[in-house]
Amino acid sequence: MEEIVARVGKNLAELRQNFRSGRTRGLEWRKTQLRAILKLVAENEDEIFEALNRDLGKHPAEAYRDETSSSNYITESSCLGLLSSFLPRFMAEAATVVLVGKLPLLLFPAKAEVLPEPLGVVLIFASWNFPISLALDPLIGAISAGNTVVVKPSELAPACSSFLARIVPLYLDNKAIKVVEGGSDVAEKLLEQKWDKIFFTGSARVGRIIMSAAAKHLTPVTLELGGKCPIILDSLSGSDLKVAVKRISGGKWGACAGQACIGIDYVLVQQKLAPVLVELLKKCIKTFYGENVKNLNSICRIVNKNHFERVCNLLEDPGVAASIVYGGSFDKQNLLIEPTILLDPPLDADIMTEEIFGPVLPIITLNEVEESIEFINARPKPLAIYVFTKNKTFKEKVLQETSSGSVIFNDTMIQFICDGLPFGGVGQSGFGRYHGKYSFDTFSHEKAILKRSFFLELEPRYPPWNGFKLEFIRLAYNFDYIRLLLLLLGLRRRYTSRIVI
Amino acid sequence: MALEAAQLVAGLRATFVSGKTKSYEWRVSQLKAVVKLADEREKDIIGALRSDLNKPEFESYVHEISGVKKSCKLALKELQQWMTPEKAKTSSTTFPSSAEIVSEPLGVILVISTWNYPFLLSLDPIVGAISAGNTVVLKPSEITPATSSMLSKLIHEYMDSSAVKVVEGAVPETTALLEQKWDKIFYTGSCKVGRIILAAAAKHLTPVILELGGKCPVVVDENVNLEVAARRIIAGKWCSNNGQTCVAPDYAITTKAFASKLIDALISELEKFFGKEPLKSQDLSRIVNSNHFNRLEKLMNDEKVSDKIVHGGQRDETNLKIAPTILFDVPEDSLIMNEEIFGPLLPIITVNKIEDSINVINAREKPLAAYLFTDEKRLEEEFIGSVSAGGMSINETTLQVTVNSLPFGGVGESGMGSYHGKFSFDAFSHKKAVLRRSFAGDAATRYPPYTPEKLRLIKALLDGNALGIFRALFGRL
Repeated sequence: MEEIVARVGKNLAELRQNFRSGRTRGLEWRKTQLRAILKLVAENEDEIFEALNRDLGKHPAEAYRDETSSSNYITESSCLGLLSSFLPRFMAEAATVVLVGKLPLLLFPAKAEVLPEPLGVVLIFASWNFPISLALDPLIGAISAGNTVVVKPSELAPACSSFLARIVPLYLDNKAIKVVEGGSDVAEKLLEQKWDKIFFTGSARVGRIIMSAAAKHLTPVTLELGGKCPIILDSLSGSDLKVAVKRISGGKWGACAGQACIGIDYVLVQQKLAPVLVELLKKCIKTFYGENVKNLNSICRIVNKNHFERVCNLLEDPGVAASIVYGGSFDKQNLLIEPTILLDPPLDADIMTEEIFGPVLPIITLNEVEESIEFINARPKPLAIYVFTKNKTFKEKVLQETSSGSVIFNDTMIQFICDGLPFGGVGQSGFGRYHGKYSFDTFSHEKAILKRSFFLELEPRYPPWNGFKLEFIRLAYNFDYIRLLLLLLGLRRRYTSRIVI
Repeated sequence: MALEAAQLVAGLRATFVSGKTKSYEWRVSQLKAVVKLADEREKDIIGALRSDLNKPEFESYVHEISGVKKSCKLALKELQQWMTPEKAKTSSTTFPSSAEIVSEPLGVILVISTWNYPFLLSLDPIVGAISAGNTVVLKPSEITPATSSMLSKLIHEYMDSSAVKVVEGAVPETTALLEQKWDKIFYTGSCKVGRIILAAAAKHLTPVILELGGKCPVVVDENVNLEVAARRIIAGKWCSNNGQTCVAPDYAITTKAFASKLIDALISELEKFFGKEPLKSQDLSRIVNSNHFNRLEKLMNDEKVSDKIVHGGQRDETNLKIAPTILFDVPEDSLIMNEEIFGPLLPIITVNKIEDSINVINAREKPLAAYLFTDEKRLEEEFIGSVSAGGMSINETTLQVTVNSLPFGGVGESGMGSYHGKFSFDAFSHKKAVLRRSFAGDAATRYPPYTPEKLRLIKALLDGNALGIFRALFGRL
């Protein structure tokens, strides 16, 4: 333990020193690091696939789509590509130059601008379900904003964690970017230190712990949490319904076997459509993943024994077990749970009150699809709501009357790769956001700057106060220049005369 | 008390859920109500501030009342635009799709205000919260009781009391409020209490804005126009609630060679502003209460600095007044250099070369504001590039907070989050990401079972490879 404390303290002191030296602030340094990340991922792809397979049984196609390419994508088109135009502009002068017209003429001549600057030393906690991208994506944001960084990968994905610890120092500037491995004891020690920002992806329970620790140092945090992300499925035509079901199946089981923060948790559908939905889902599952828990393919396993037992326990509730209409078998040795569909499990069972984070899909039926809004609003705000519908009015209703991190119409999961959209939660699903430029912003402080010259002094600003001065300021602040002019012309009192109001 | 707080929040949540506060009309009506309140009751407001702080009418009007009116008028003018969803860029990988960001209210907001600008710092955040469509509870500071009770009365009278409530009280009431679950907490005050607020918010994962303080330095370069610089420093320090302002210059740094000139200029202008007997001037706020008076006295009586007073030092305990006081060359380890002064004492410390001031500032916690007076472009750039603070003014003090297009907020120990202008609207909104897709263009490439061929296509698609995308879109179904 003492060794951990010493190591953490030393790392932090070194990073703070290196930040102060200005090492990480230049455009060139940031670009070099970002290019190095691209290289790291490209040159070690096989090893990454191997580590993801060991930790989660993740298929290379899923790994590529969700982990390595997402880093590529976010680095190339958002950071690197834009770096050549955005970052120099952001860094050099000002991100936003405010027109003098917006300043009261009282301040003329003056210039107002907002300059983004790095926060300093940043701590990133990565989660275990997308252990590569949830470490690298925030890291990219922190670097592009000019910070020094400590990344703490999740110990629940040990192969990925040790990959990162080994490979990152070979590609990135070790004086500014460090990977610290370990479990909750190490995390605790890290949290005792003072950071300039903490970025956390994980559960709400741990999110509270992180925020409480951050409070001691007034450290700002971004919490990317989760929630029960619902699908609302409206009635659709035959072909559209088939597409919808594919997207639902792909989204549910094709993203870390349901162990995803924006993963689909449950489906809300009108009662009469449920039978068709179940049949189509069954077909999809068989086509995509196979029919037998012993012969599943293209699907991740559950990350560890704890979580495996947790999900199995959810199914053991008798009311829940009775609602299984497909699946339900598992392979304890290989930590595999078959894609499972439930039809109307009891709403007060744990499976409907906790985030499932596993390959079980409850379908909840309603009389009318509009009831889904009330259903969702009775529960904590989720990270995403997915709505499959062609009804414009209903779309607007969902948008206006529910609250969630994001809303996606007619697809699932895909907001994750849309860099123009902020990615983050609200309420119990978290606060703060990233992706694209939002990553840069999240790790920056936007400093307000007002520049004035020495000319044009305004006497009415200074005491002793009197009626004239007050009137002057009153008119000037209201941009009422005509009356101001009249005041100046009509009343030629100098400020030395004291008129008591 | 806990029960009352719970019922209060439940009531406001019910109001929020009813959808009443989301409408544009409702928000406009409330903003107009605030303007009306500020217009019609100007005399009452000025009276309460005079009573609580002996604040001169000029300051009350210019800093507080007009500040609130300005915020409302800006919101009224721009609200429609602020409420309009913002289009977001999509890319080829999600084609065809459209994306936008929708601003929605968070729900029930808690605003905990402070005592130095008790009217402004209560209403300004409320203006932000209601323009974003939320319900609000205001907890004004008990240290300024006349203003607190006036706010309670006027807000109830002018605003929609099913959506905007005032809870008066001190620590017990605040603690009860903090135990509830809020959708956002906005706090203005000290670092010490800021930590308590953040820890309470953590239990409910409530996001927070903390507007704290710090030791805001003002650096004065040699050979600047001293008359103007001195006046602007005085305006920022002593014409702002007599130094009891979070962005007031806390201490000054200049070169050893220039220090006496600066001191002379300050003394000369101070006399013009406040006369030979400043304790008698009507234009100086008093110290808010005897606690703070004693605290400031202690800073002056500290044996490390008591002989460093070069101007002022007069005090009137009965009336809680302290004259503008300048201290010269105080030691770095004195009390006055290690806590936020928040009063009319200005220590001036010296460096050999003016560039050294940057290290002096960076050795301390990041302040809410930093100021530099200089004619040298190079120094200006270095200062801006190397000093981290919430905000800055060059050749000016405090005015950066009056510009509505600049965010007002701290960094590090001086706080987190920002507001003013549109930043207020954003501060109290959730920016919901919305992605719209159609059912067309669904490719089997997307779905398992994953074959080497599919993997190849996925790679091409995600890498933006044109031919690959073509193939993927019109892929084999």
